[in-house]
Amino acid sequence: MHLIKLIFKNSFRHKLRTFLTILGIAIAILAFGLLRTVVSAWYAGVEASSATRLVTRNSISLVFPLPLSYKDKIRQIPGVKIVSYGNWFGGVYIDEKNFFPNFTIDPKSYIALYPEIVLPADQQAAFIRDRKGFVAGRKLAARFGWKIGDIVTLKGTIFPGDWEFVMRGIYKGRDKTVDETQFFFSWDYLNESLKKTMPARADQVGFYMIGVTSPSVAADVAAAIDKTFKNSLAETLTETEKAFQMGFVSMSEAIVVAIQLVSFVVIIIILAVVANTMAMTARERFVEYAVFKTLGFGKWHIALLIFGESLFITMTGCVIGMILTFPSAKAFGNEMSTFFPIFNVSTETLYLDIAASVFVGTASAVIPTWRAINIRIADGLRRIG
Amino acid sequence: MENKPPIVSINNLFKSYRRGHQVLPVLEDINLDIADGEFLALMGPSGSGKSTLLNLIAGIDKADSGSISVGGIDITHLSETELALWRSNSIGFIFQFYNLIPVLTAFENVELPLILTGLTKKERKEHAEATLQIVNLTDRMDHYPGQLSGGQQQRVAIARAIVTDPLILVADEPTGDLDRVSAKEILELMERLVHELGKTIIMVTHDPRAAEKAHVIKHLDKGVLNNV
Repeated sequence: MHLIKLIFKNSFRHKLRTFLTILGIAIAILAFGLLRTVVSAWYAGVEASSATRLVTRNSISLVFPLPLSYKDKIRQIPGVKIVSYGNWFGGVYIDEKNFFPNFTIDPKSYIALYPEIVLPADQQAAFIRDRKGFVAGRKLAARFGWKIGDIVTLKGTIFPGDWEFVMRGIYKGRDKTVDETQFFFSWDYLNESLKKTMPARADQVGFYMIGVTSPSVAADVAAAIDKTFKNSLAETLTETEKAFQMGFVSMSEAIVVAIQLVSFVVIIIILAVVANTMAMTARERFVEYAVFKTLGFGKWHIALLIFGESLFITMTGCVIGMILTFPSAKAFGNEMSTFFPIFNVSTETLYLDIAASVFVGTASAVIPTWRAINIRIADGLRRIG
Repeated sequence: MENKPPIVSINNLFKSYRRGHQVLPVLEDINLDIADGEFLALMGPSGSGKSTLLNLIAGIDKADSGSISVGGIDITHLSETELALWRSNSIGFIFQFYNLIPVLTAFENVELPLILTGLTKKERKEHAEATLQIVNLTDRMDHYPGQLSGGQQQRVAIARAIVTDPLILVADEPTGDLDRVSAKEILELMERLVHELGKTIIMVTHDPRAAEKAHVIKHLDKGVLNNV
């Protein structure tokens, strides 16, 4: 018989109380994990950014276009490796509730610039060849049951009309941070149509994506690009892809901060619950602690018993909560895929779950332990009866 | 027995409690020698200081002044940590309400003090089983305290008290919570411990029948010790 066995037996002395406490911790860890995952999902675009990619847009606003002619000038700037470009298309598939991000891009350069978007070679070739072709992420294709060769029509909002596309490929993400809910079609298709219907809007792009030779030259290249187009009709603002994505996140920063605060409030609430359980437990066992002391057990043994029980209960709840987080996050992610295309429980979130549980388990045991080790044996024994 | 030095020697012992600004003397100038292998009963009315004296001898309370020597060690100068270690080696406790750990079996309760001794698991098992045999509870070693009668629980408590082979056993009203038959069995067991195993027992009791089993009876009244 070891003290560890006694810790285990003590933990289940009041089965209902222990069960309810573990349940509370599991739910709190689940809630904490989901909230942290929501925060991570908010930053998914930032996480997926590459240090070797820049984004150039109109310095006034993203809604103002840039001339296509900038492409060749940008390519001439030292440090630039690849120049790609595109537009936010903003098309609607059947109904607005079917929202998914859709972009028009230059297929060849875009695929070269984004190696994390994995598209089989034959599908790549078909996509580049067919100007009416499109590729969709694996999740998006699964959501609508699209197969290669299917014809899909988007209703244009920024570019009016019904736009018909033929599916030429389904891409997968190289890693978990890649958004697999996007829709890409050829910029040439859009531009040729605009030349016929709205010539004034033709030969303009929404943004340039620029690949640089190394992260160390990114700042210089960005400055050089903006300098090149200074005092032109469409001045540019070039920033790293990360900064560009952060710009979107910062628009909703108050919500992110609120979610983070709520996640910590959840931990504080469960701290109160576990602290209450441990206080009741220790108070009931003062006589036993006095008996342990008479038998020669020291302060460290008493502390081990109380801290061990507190940590055992919290870590059991933590493990259950962590296990529940995965299916819950999957269900939540599927339900909210329109808003959170990437909703993965990160390793960092799991570490935070463990850290929060260790904190709760430890903090809850401090006061009961202090009281138990400081009670005089004679006083403890007097509580009998 | 007369040639041996006393196993417990108390000299000029004073103890008082504070209640607010008031100082309440509990023990006054106690002088007492207890011989090795002696069965001593401490009697007296409630509040006379019997349990306080027992606690002081057992090293779970501190005296105001005077000395208490147990087995040649003056325990009044030991620190809390030293006292804890000393208690684990030298003192066996028998309480009125048994004070067994309810989630541990009879065997595990008896084994509990041995955890501090550094014995191997096998040695601990042998010691605990042998001790349970002394108190005739081998057949109940896997029972939890809640599954045992009061008398059986007290026998487990006695086994726990003697399993480390302490210098002295201190018993605070060991029959106070038992019926007459169980009380008789416990007293007979304590007699056996003295006669057959040579244990020294200091017992606080209100019960004259229990005190009759003792070799020596000391009476405490208002903190002053009298021979009977």
